[in-house]
Amino acid sequence: MLDVRDLRKFYPGEAGPVPVLRGIDLSLGPGETLALTGESGSGKSTLLHLIGGLDHPDGGSIELDGIDVTALDDAGRAALRRRTVGVIFQQFNLIPSLDVARNIAFQAKLAGQHDADWTTELAARLGLSDHLHKYPEQLSGGQQQRVAIGRTLAARPRLVLADEPTGNLDEETGAAVLGLMLRLVEETGAALLTVTHSDRLAARMGRRLHLRHGRIAR
Amino acid sequence: MIGAALGALLSHWTRRPFQLLTLVIGLATATALWSGVQAINAQARQSYADAANRLGEADLPVIEARGGGDLAQARFIALRRAGWQVAPIIEGQLASGDTAILLIGIDPLSMPPGRLPGGAGFGAEPGAGLDADFLAPPGVLLTGPETASQLEGALPVPVRAAEGMAEGRAYADIGIAQRLLNRPGRIDRMLVTGPGSLGAPSLERIAPDLAQRRPSGEDDALGRLTDSFHLNLTAFGLLAFAVGLFIVRGAIGLAFEQRRPVFRTLRALGVSRNALLGLLAAELAALALVSGAAGMGLGYLLAGLLLPDVAATLRGLYGAQVEGALSIRPAWWLAGLAIALAGTALAAAGSFWQVARLPLLAPAQPRAWALASRKLLRGQQLAALALAAAAIALALWGSGLIAGFALLGAALLAAALLLPSILQGALALGARTARGVVQDWFWADTRQQVPGLSLALMALLLALSANIGVGTMVSSFRLTFTGWLDQRLAAELYVTAPDAETAARMREYLAPRTGAILPIVQAEARIDGQPGAIYGVADHATYRRNWPLLGSVPGVWDRIAAGGSVLINEQLSRRAGLVPGDKIDLPGGRFNIAGIYSDYGNPAPQVMMGLTRFESEFPEVPQLRFALRVPPEAAADLARALRAQFGLGDDAVVDQAAVKALSLAIFERTFTVTAALNVLTLSVAGLAILTSLLTLGTMRLPQLAPVWSLGLTRARLARLELTRAILLAAITFLAAVPTGLLLAWVLLSIINVEAFGWRLPMHVFPGDWLRLGVLSLLAAALASLWPSIRIARTPPSDLLKVFANER
Ligand SMILES: Nc1ncnc2c1ncn2[C@@H]1O[C@H](COP(=O)(O)OP(=O)(O)O)[C@@H](O)[C@H]1O
Ligand SMILES: [Mg+2]
Repeated sequence: MLDVRDLRKFYPGEAGPVPVLRGIDLSLGPGETLALTGESGSGKSTLLHLIGGLDHPDGGSIELDGIDVTALDDAGRAALRRRTVGVIFQQFNLIPSLDVARNIAFQAKLAGQHDADWTTELAARLGLSDHLHKYPEQLSGGQQQRVAIGRTLAARPRLVLADEPTGNLDEETGAAVLGLMLRLVEETGAALLTVTHSDRLAARMGRRLHLRHGRIAR
Repeated sequence: MIGAALGALLSHWTRRPFQLLTLVIGLATATALWSGVQAINAQARQSYADAANRLGEADLPVIEARGGGDLAQARFIALRRAGWQVAPIIEGQLASGDTAILLIGIDPLSMPPGRLPGGAGFGAEPGAGLDADFLAPPGVLLTGPETASQLEGALPVPVRAAEGMAEGRAYADIGIAQRLLNRPGRIDRMLVTGPGSLGAPSLERIAPDLAQRRPSGEDDALGRLTDSFHLNLTAFGLLAFAVGLFIVRGAIGLAFEQRRPVFRTLRALGVSRNALLGLLAAELAALALVSGAAGMGLGYLLAGLLLPDVAATLRGLYGAQVEGALSIRPAWWLAGLAIALAGTALAAAGSFWQVARLPLLAPAQPRAWALASRKLLRGQQLAALALAAAAIALALWGSGLIAGFALLGAALLAAALLLPSILQGALALGARTARGVVQDWFWADTRQQVPGLSLALMALLLALSANIGVGTMVSSFRLTFTGWLDQRLAAELYVTAPDAETAARMREYLAPRTGAILPIVQAEARIDGQPGAIYGVADHATYRRNWPLLGSVPGVWDRIAAGGSVLINEQLSRRAGLVPGDKIDLPGGRFNIAGIYSDYGNPAPQVMMGLTRFESEFPEVPQLRFALRVPPEAAADLARALRAQFGLGDDAVVDQAAVKALSLAIFERTFTVTAALNVLTLSVAGLAILTSLLTLGTMRLPQLAPVWSLGLTRARLARLELTRAILLAAITFLAAVPTGLLLAWVLLSIINVEAFGWRLPMHVFPGDWLRLGVLSLLAAALASLWPSIRIARTPPSDLLKVFANER
């Protein structure tokens, strides 16, 4: 369902464009899970952003569910973000002006996929039932990330992209949150591509890719 | 280390240039409007002082009739003979066509040389330079160049422009002035020009009916009236300054808030609390001085631009003289910079207090915005309530102009402080209408923006309220005034004969050609201790039907015709607390007050008495002016025929329409100045919104990035941003309408009465509000256009940084 071919991305540098991704090939089937590891600055986030339609590549192609993501315009990429992929970032995922309940329901409603029972169940299983009317800045980091996970999964995207979703949490909380995420993703049948530094977490995923200097190292 | 700390603090401004711009613009415009108004006021006051001092009345004692009224010239001669050093003065309005001047008759021989009006005709050497033309018939009128050209050929006496003479007033030898004013052998008062000879009998002995008045320092009536005009201007200057301070407060508050981590780091690195506060104070003082100096420059320009209108207004309304050119005193510069510093200090006080109490370590629990803003709202509501109570108390028990302005200030500030609550309430209501998740977010996000924008919106509220309030006052004034003119100027033609003989021939000529010939006669008199006028009025339907009476006893016109009763004008009624049925002492006896009439455009007390009684009280006043009733379509022809028949100038025959146009023109100019200040204040408020939005722009990204990542395009976010600004401006405008009406009420019913002696009925003009509403929405749209475009153009990588970076 995801097919990335020869993906390239440059960032403007002082002495001309600096290559960050130098031809990435990768594919992911429905329901598959993939861990993406690599040193800081190796291009993991950039790759995720390109797949999620958050930024534009400079070369190569991304095919998602039969759609050529690189050919989409601003509105098309926005639609892709609404309906097909769900992105969880390391931090600051939440809309500060909305409370927990409305944050969780936001993407599902935006995608026209709102299912009240499923949302309630998600909130309960993520341990958020008591916090539904709190605002993001009243929550701890772990709670915030659980809201972000809930929000992504409430919309039932076909592909979940997570960029170090537990990178800002302590080891124990991070493991718990990630375990929860894995289980829920499995239940929705979505494919999962997650960036992580932890070997222990990577080991729990179906496959593992290592990024080095903008290339896949095997 | 101090240098390094200062560098760390100042780097904030280079990274946030819009915040710096906001601060500078806010402070500079505030200073500009304030100091501009002050410059105008100072210039005008200086001119009054010069004018008043020309005859030395500000510092010489004056002798006048105890009960008011004028004096026979023989009294002056008697005092002179008794050894008193006195100089006679007669004063009166001299109307010629469409100009009215204050004619002052003096006796150059008894005036001390240094007190004589300067310029041509009077030599530099005391006493020696008296021009023979001035004394010998036909005499000469000395006045300013502008007035001289207006009077050219309109008077039987030559008019000469003299360098350095004030416009709008003319000096003549007392004999000539008496003739021109139709008051032969009369004087108004005497100046005591010297100590008098030894053994001169006391005033009580030789003239018990005369009283000596100590030097007043200023001409009372003029001082009072112009004072109120300047107080009006000052109030507007203050309002504009307040609008500017709201902006400054917003910028400083934000700059301090955003630098909190820097403050903490500096403290942690060993900068003491006092050193930190000192650095911040120095930084703000420097900014205040730079912006203040820029504001002074702007204020000077502003004053220069407005001064001609102010001068024309003061001349038209009060006959006061103001030089058209601006001179600047060093004290003005110092005061302007001081007010810039004081304003900055006021605006920064809260932020300093917070820094002083800043804990070294960040609190573990970040304050929730919802909670914090609720707390802030509560505080603002309490303050608004207290101010509203103060305003009500002032409205009920206050008196005087100052109390009126205090009421105005309290009410406006209360409305401003209440605005965030009104906005939150309105937005909460709006949120209920939300359809779909994007609208839901829109309302919630808009509510979250209110604290950051509230100071700019308060400034907008003040500007809009001032606009509505002053606009309502002006329009009410205009409407009432035109209606009043229609009543007052009921006759079709007004003619003035050059002398009694022509007047008699004219009446003969007119008798078969008109429906009625109504004489207009007037005598100057002191009424209730102030210079005023008594008019004689014919018993005719023209008055019975049209005269604008505010209150009267039954059968009022019959009583006037009978002679024992008079009408008084509104300003006299209010000032002296007289109502129909009361009695009033006038030259000629004690009269019953049968009614009160409205008399706009004239600050002086006036009385109308029956023509027959007037003729017997003031037999020396010739009947030279007449109001003529003719069919309106015949008026123009008759006017032409009259001019031809009697060789009259254009100004001697005036039709109703021309008088109305002239009177209205004077009033239009009166408000040019306030209108200009209104526009300026509104622009400043628009600027405040722009700079606030730009400043908030950097803080917007973390709020917008999540929504964008979930599938809203940047273009849509930008459109919503534009809508948000317009929505907030619309709510603010709706709140400004009642606030503005309140302002208008205070202006019309309290301040006007205190300042001018009239109460004007309030008329509302929803059409004007609509225009202003559209204007304010446009201003908001314009102000948010650029910030919105910036959002639409934000590169995705900037939005993505939100999720990666530590904030
Ligand atoms: N907006 C940007 N502009 C310029 N360079 C960038 C930008 N974003 C990322 N980079 C650079 O691209 C490289 C890869 O960044 P990133 O994808 O964030 O790496 P990772 O997520 O693996 O740490 C880094 O060297 C980073 O400095
Ligand atoms: Mg990264």
